[in-house]
Amino acid sequence: MKRLFTAATVALLTTFGAGAAQAAEGAAIPDHEFSFEGIFGTFDRAAAQRGLQVYNQVCASCHSLKYVAFRTLGDLGYEPEQVEALAAQYQVTDGPNDQGEMYQREAKASDAFPSPFPNDAAARAANGGALPPDLSVITQARPNGPDYLHALLTGYEEAPADADLPPGQYWNTAFPGHQIAMPPPLSEGIVEYQDGTEATVSQMAHDVTVFLHWAAEPHMEARKRGGIGVVLFLLIFTGMLYAVKRKVWRDLH
Amino acid sequence: MSEFKTNSKVVKWIDHRLPIFSFMHEELHAYPAPRNLSYMWNFGSLAGIALVIMIVTGIVLAMQYVAHTAHAFDSIEHIMRNVNYGWLVRYIHMNGASFFFIVVYIHIFRGLYYGSYKSPRELLWILGVVILLLMMATAFMGYTLPWGQMSYWGATVITNLFSAIPVVGDSIVTWLWGGFAVGNPTLKRFFALHYLLPFVIVAVVFLHLWALHRFGSNNPLGIDAKGPQDKIPFHPYYTVKDAFGLGVFLTIFALFVFFAPNYLGHPDNYIPADPLQTPPHIVPEWYFLPFYAILRSIPDKLLGVLAMFGAIAVLAVLPWLDRSPVRSGKFRPIFKQFYVLLLIDVLVLGWVGAKPPEGIYLVLGRVATAYYFLHFLVVLPLLAVFEKPRPLPHSISEPVLKGGGQAAGATAKPMEKA
Repeated sequence: MKRLFTAATVALLTTFGAGAAQAAEGAAIPDHEFSFEGIFGTFDRAAAQRGLQVYNQVCASCHSLKYVAFRTLGDLGYEPEQVEALAAQYQVTDGPNDQGEMYQREAKASDAFPSPFPNDAAARAANGGALPPDLSVITQARPNGPDYLHALLTGYEEAPADADLPPGQYWNTAFPGHQIAMPPPLSEGIVEYQDGTEATVSQMAHDVTVFLHWAAEPHMEARKRGGIGVVLFLLIFTGMLYAVKRKVWRDLH
Repeated sequence: MSEFKTNSKVVKWIDHRLPIFSFMHEELHAYPAPRNLSYMWNFGSLAGIALVIMIVTGIVLAMQYVAHTAHAFDSIEHIMRNVNYGWLVRYIHMNGASFFFIVVYIHIFRGLYYGSYKSPRELLWILGVVILLLMMATAFMGYTLPWGQMSYWGATVITNLFSAIPVVGDSIVTWLWGGFAVGNPTLKRFFALHYLLPFVIVAVVFLHLWALHRFGSNNPLGIDAKGPQDKIPFHPYYTVKDAFGLGVFLTIFALFVFFAPNYLGHPDNYIPADPLQTPPHIVPEWYFLPFYAILRSIPDKLLGVLAMFGAIAVLAVLPWLDRSPVRSGKFRPIFKQFYVLLLIDVLVLGWVGAKPPEGIYLVLGRVATAYYFLHFLVVLPLLAVFEKPRPLPHSISEPVLKGGGQAAGATAKPMEKA
């Protein structure tokens, strides 16, 4: 009986969990290796910093990152002055001032990344009717998010001859249905990396994915680190409880 | 059984006026339990602890959550990013719901195997079914609160089920929504009820325990205790056994919370709700999938809804469907096989529930739905008549002390119906 129940529990978890995760269908997504995978995984700071550069210079012209505050960039290894400087590249609307008027000012560390469009309608109008999604939790919002994002950014191809591609649509091997409204965002050398890394499409896709996965789960490292301590404690504590249980029950058997 | 004793004058003074100390002593300390309870009997107390975990984390989350369609998603991200250890509290609450259901489903299947629903525990069982229903309502409304795509569309699909009710269906749906579509009034009432229902569950859990303590736990042999040699005090024997079980539970739970917190969820719920864009497949949380499969395998909407609720209602009348005088499945050779079939059947239903309702999945879902009802409505009543149970042991302590589950067939007599 016991074995049956254990097997059933495991089956339950695997079938339902996997089933739910697969429900959004898409093309096969190749597995890409990231340093944040696994229970000891951490964010590659250098890649994340390069990824921020890609976001700033490429993605930010259409995609917002509205839940990420500049102050949190310190987690990626920036000094407070560098964070201030990164924020100052952006203008935010503040106000009203003493005259009751809204005004523009440089972003401060306490601000979140400002959105490129004032509202969704404006974003659609500027993008041929398609709405560029906010990127704050994008890797959480897609099945196998990081792998998917990398595959999407490197997945642009010439459309097959039989594909009837409407104007304003592009062929992408990773996108569900393959027709995507986002023009290929990355091209060789579109970003000049400060650390001198060669800006290939694959490199940029990797870096910006690392950055966006950090943006989606800024506390991932604390979570995994904490988890190792908690699980080790629980294993030892449970082992001790088992010993106590054996001792208490000995006189009954 | 030991009487409650104390040397403290204060405790004596209080206990004389409000016998809370002797009550706790009787119900938690001296409470006599069968000596042969297996680890399958851990899941009741685990469910209670899961409920406490959910209430504690839920109250803390409610301090930061904003029940408004324009702010709900933002407030969740605020909790995940800016609130100290907010990510931990939310991940515990999210995964806690799944683990609560895992524990309760195992608890229910334990009861199904060992006949824990049979006389004199029918009301105990029915109260359990009531708790299950309340849990499902609470979980469903809780899933709506982050106001992601699955929240919104799940709420839309499930509330729309009530439109199947003839004549007044549409009016009921409008009343449930508080408007003409799922919107802000819907979210706010779901939040209010999501906060309320767990406390209703606590109340029903007390009734459940009250009914349990009237006759005590059933046991793997399914026979009544014949005397004090068959029972042991709850403390320390079952407190320590439950504590060990809790340790195992928390370890597995922690693995999910810390290393795979989103594994059991759906990625679409990290997309803010968009009433203009329907997700390709609307699926509920995994613990509703078997019921979702039943709903979708019946082509008629009203009948589908009735079947889905019937799948739970049939559990409530189970004590009167299974009339076999033998409780434990151990002594019911044919029942045992059908029981395994039911277990597989429910797993198949869950698997089918996650798939689109087409082709082989639709066929499988229909067969599995048919068997689910056949099991309870036809197989169990017939088994009570035609199955010849194996002889029961004389007493609980007999096989326990001999170290084996077998009793001498010649001397054993079938259990009388209580």
